[in-house]
Amino acid sequence: MEERKVILESKNISKYFHEPSTFQVLKEVSFKAYEGEFLTLVGKSGSGKSTLLYCLSTMDTDYGGELYMLNEKITGQSPDQLSDLRNQSIGFIFQFHYLLPEFTCLKNVMLPALKLKKYSPKEIEERAYEKLVALDLHEQALKPASKLSGGQQQRVSIARALINDPKIILCDEPTGNLDSKNTQIVFDIFKQLSTENNQTIIAVTHDNDFAKASDRTIEMSDGKILINGKL
Amino acid sequence: MKNPNLEIAFTHIVARKKQTLIAALGVTIGLSVYLFMNSLTSGFERFQTAETFKSTAHIKIYKDDERAKALVSSGNVETMIVNPQVVNSSKELINPEQLVNSVKKEPYITQAIMQVDFAAFYNKGTAQVKGTSNGVNIVDYNAMFNTQKYMKAGTIADLQNNKNGIILGSGIADKLGVRLGDNISVASSVGVTKNLEIVGIFELGSSMVDNGTSYVNISTAQQFLKESPFFVNTIYANTIDYNKSTEYMHSLQQLTSYKVEDWKVINADILAGATTRKMMFGSISFAILVVAAFGIYNILSSTISQKINDIAILKATGYRGSDVIQIFLTEALIMGLMGSIMGILLGSLLIYLLQHVYVGGPVGYFPIGFEIPIIAQSFVLGLLFTVLAGFFPAKKAANVDPVSIFRK
Repeated sequence: MEERKVILESKNISKYFHEPSTFQVLKEVSFKAYEGEFLTLVGKSGSGKSTLLYCLSTMDTDYGGELYMLNEKITGQSPDQLSDLRNQSIGFIFQFHYLLPEFTCLKNVMLPALKLKKYSPKEIEERAYEKLVALDLHEQALKPASKLSGGQQQRVSIARALINDPKIILCDEPTGNLDSKNTQIVFDIFKQLSTENNQTIIAVTHDNDFAKASDRTIEMSDGKILINGKL
Repeated sequence: MKNPNLEIAFTHIVARKKQTLIAALGVTIGLSVYLFMNSLTSGFERFQTAETFKSTAHIKIYKDDERAKALVSSGNVETMIVNPQVVNSSKELINPEQLVNSVKKEPYITQAIMQVDFAAFYNKGTAQVKGTSNGVNIVDYNAMFNTQKYMKAGTIADLQNNKNGIILGSGIADKLGVRLGDNISVASSVGVTKNLEIVGIFELGSSMVDNGTSYVNISTAQQFLKESPFFVNTIYANTIDYNKSTEYMHSLQQLTSYKVEDWKVINADILAGATTRKMMFGSISFAILVVAAFGIYNILSSTISQKINDIAILKATGYRGSDVIQIFLTEALIMGLMGSIMGILLGSLLIYLLQHVYVGGPVGYFPIGFEIPIIAQSFVLGLLFTVLAGFFPAKKAANVDPVSIFRK
């Protein structure tokens, strides 16, 4: 079997919640995520899967253990370094879309790229439009984000997550708010991203069918990894 | 637009036109009151200074009353005076010509004149008015105080040509019921009485001066005091900058043992009043500006509470804390800029309106004007306050923890 490239690695990640009383939510979680892998995180409510996702996201820095991205240590970097890392290498998709309501769909997609400044604003606009075309949203491009349906908003947020061609895409219940038709659309997009673009997708989900169809599933229970493999 | 932070800020501003306008209006009102009140104080102060210099020179040199020494020693005998009093000596300045010349040589002195002042009693029939008469060289005096401008009747040249002439303050003329060309009897405190012809009547607008002061020729004044033609008791000097008069006063004191006083000492009470007024108006207008800044603080704080999801998503997608601060500071700055510009327009309108209010008396129209330094100061203060008021909510926004928002 060929050696696969490790994109993200957690080493003994532990985390405590102190409110209302001290409670260990993650217990020395270690795992690796590989390039082009479609990984799902499942588990009961309170099992720590979302908490783990936010530790991986670099937004939550209050944990024990170490986190590596492309063999580079992430743990302990400054907030500004982490911001730049998120901007460049991580895409986010949330359950509740979280688009900026005053902006058009196109602008929402462009915002992370405008921050990265890798391309000129004109190029960014073209690239953002391409992403919307790929997700069959080009007709909505100039509508305000607040005027779109839930499924459309979720696809816009996927386009936004993809705009900077990140290595990793993190999703928190990406289909939790969608009907089965839209869930299928989102799933197909993820599948395509991992196989065609070699992007790593890590998604927290409650949807067993969704998890079963992914490359690998990690099931969490009481802050530990219970099962790690293909369902 | 190159900078996405600015674009986000502008989008927020446009999407919340009403709140933006309200915040800006707060600044507008605060700033216009600040500008108006400070222009008022400044205008009035300038008016008052001008009033002061109608009859007061920047520097006055005279011989002060001297108290007898309490302890006198002659040989080995020590004499102590238990109630030392003012020595009743002459007020004469010795060798005044030389003193005036040395004063005039100082680079900061523009003019210096000699004068003979005496307490005078103006009599007409049984009516008597008490006051001070100034024995002057009226041409030099006019060069310093611009007396001709305030003449209601006659000219200053008439005094120069008439050794027995007198120019009266309008208040004295009214009280005595005399007119130009009439004769009045003037007596001095040492008992000299002369009949003088009224060659001019002036009105400065200051009742203290108009009701007691008159001008005669310097030789006439010397006769009133029974003094020699060399007698002079006061020297007045003007300087290039009346604000620095204290400095010049100390410098001039090196030249002479006589008392040197500047206008600030002579008018200490008026200046203290002006300072108090300035502080009062200053603190009131400042407080109004602070209240306006709180308006910005409030509105920005509520914007941030409502936009907390947007802030979280921006931070998740790689916007730094400093970007978030820039976004909200830009919003504060736009509100402040709009408010400040409108405030200066409104303040200027108030000034313009007050300029056309006739107060009457010696003041005439209200002494208020457009002063660029005050306008600039108001503008800078307005912006500074809004940026300060915006900084704290912006800092709060920068510290938003996105995880806590997403996990709700």
